[in-house]
Amino acid sequence: MIHLDYRDARPIYGQILDGIRDQIAAGILRQGDKLPSVRELAAELTINPNTIQRAYRELEGMGLIATVPGKGCFVCGQVDAGAQERQQLLSEFERITQLLLRSGVSKEDLAALILQGGNDDA
Amino acid sequence: MLKMKNVTKTFGNFKALDDLSLTVPRGAVYGLVGPNGAGKSTAIRHLTGVYRPDCGEITMDGQNVYENIPIKSRIGFIPDEIFYYPSASLEEMRKFYRGMYPKFDDVLFERLYEVFQLPKKGPIRRFSKGMQKQAAFHLSICCKPDVMILDEPVDGLDPVMRRQVWSLILSEVAKDETTVLISSHNLRELEDVCDHVGIMDHGKMLLERSLADMQGNTTKLQIVGRVPQQLEVLHESVSGRMKTVIIRGSAEEVAASVQTTNPTYFDVLPLSLEEIFIYELGGVNYEVKNIIL
Repeated sequence: MIHLDYRDARPIYGQILDGIRDQIAAGILRQGDKLPSVRELAAELTINPNTIQRAYRELEGMGLIATVPGKGCFVCGQVDAGAQERQQLLSEFERITQLLLRSGVSKEDLAALILQGGNDDA
Repeated sequence: MLKMKNVTKTFGNFKALDDLSLTVPRGAVYGLVGPNGAGKSTAIRHLTGVYRPDCGEITMDGQNVYENIPIKSRIGFIPDEIFYYPSASLEEMRKFYRGMYPKFDDVLFERLYEVFQLPKKGPIRRFSKGMQKQAAFHLSICCKPDVMILDEPVDGLDPVMRRQVWSLILSEVAKDETTVLISSHNLRELEDVCDHVGIMDHGKMLLERSLADMQGNTTKLQIVGRVPQQLEVLHESVSGRMKTVIIRGSAEEVAASVQTTNPTYFDVLPLSLEEIFIYELGGVNYEVKNIIL
């Protein structure tokens, strides 16, 4: 269900969190769907149950899932897909900005590009 | 749940354990790591009541382990050199364990034949080494122990079996809060399954932390510029203008601190358990030496 990349610099609980959040955003997991239990997921991915517990707790804190005592964890919230995409684009933007600055492009030139970009839409 | 307090053990004039203390909380998966000869197997033999210390105590749930049958019947142990009676088959060892462990689960034993696919008859001693290890897991898991102590057991298993075994063990940890202590050199694997780590060296405990703590509090910084003085540097290496510095502190703290010196370039990276091990032991002069033969 969730794919873990061990070479990814992100901690594992982060990958699980993002994996589930992405699936909710994409509609693969829908409102009312039951998530695998901590035990099932730990056995399937062969990682420590506490790591999964941590991811689930954060998702609950974000209002995306809810625990029903005795029954399990269920998807209850929705992810603003637009916000997710914007976040990803902004991260890319930051990364490319760093590269450009390091390669010698001045801050003024970059600012000019942004202002110019705004005008192109009009 | 499992505790060793100030344990010292000497063999002749060799001090194998030197005032060693360790704590394994209930339901934890604790990785015991250290260079060869650090004393891991010796510590494990104390935890399982095979050895008696010269001084200090070894307890489980507050009770001394040594010669304590009720406590020992809750411990499952897979040693580095597994013993089977010379001509015993898996079925015969099953009877033996069933007689020793009050909670032995016969039904589970039958089901696990599907998983481990080992022959019922024929001496286990004739199995390949890997299969003998599988047999040890097959038997141990069925004893339904509250504590599993594993001395480098997964290292001889093939990738499929490895996953299978961890899957079973972690399932028990999640379900019943089974406590696991595992000694291994495969830090990459331990990183996924452990939530606590103890690094031993020369009979002492160098560093014992929860994994989240250890990884959250050690950061690798690559920087072209000045390293802020207030940061606690564990290790530093230089290559041209780039310094690679290992710092005690969280990634956020380090990044915030470094930004104040306005360096030409910097990058903050997480450390793997393997790297933490190497840097912590580098401090005690156990490291990869650049020797050209």
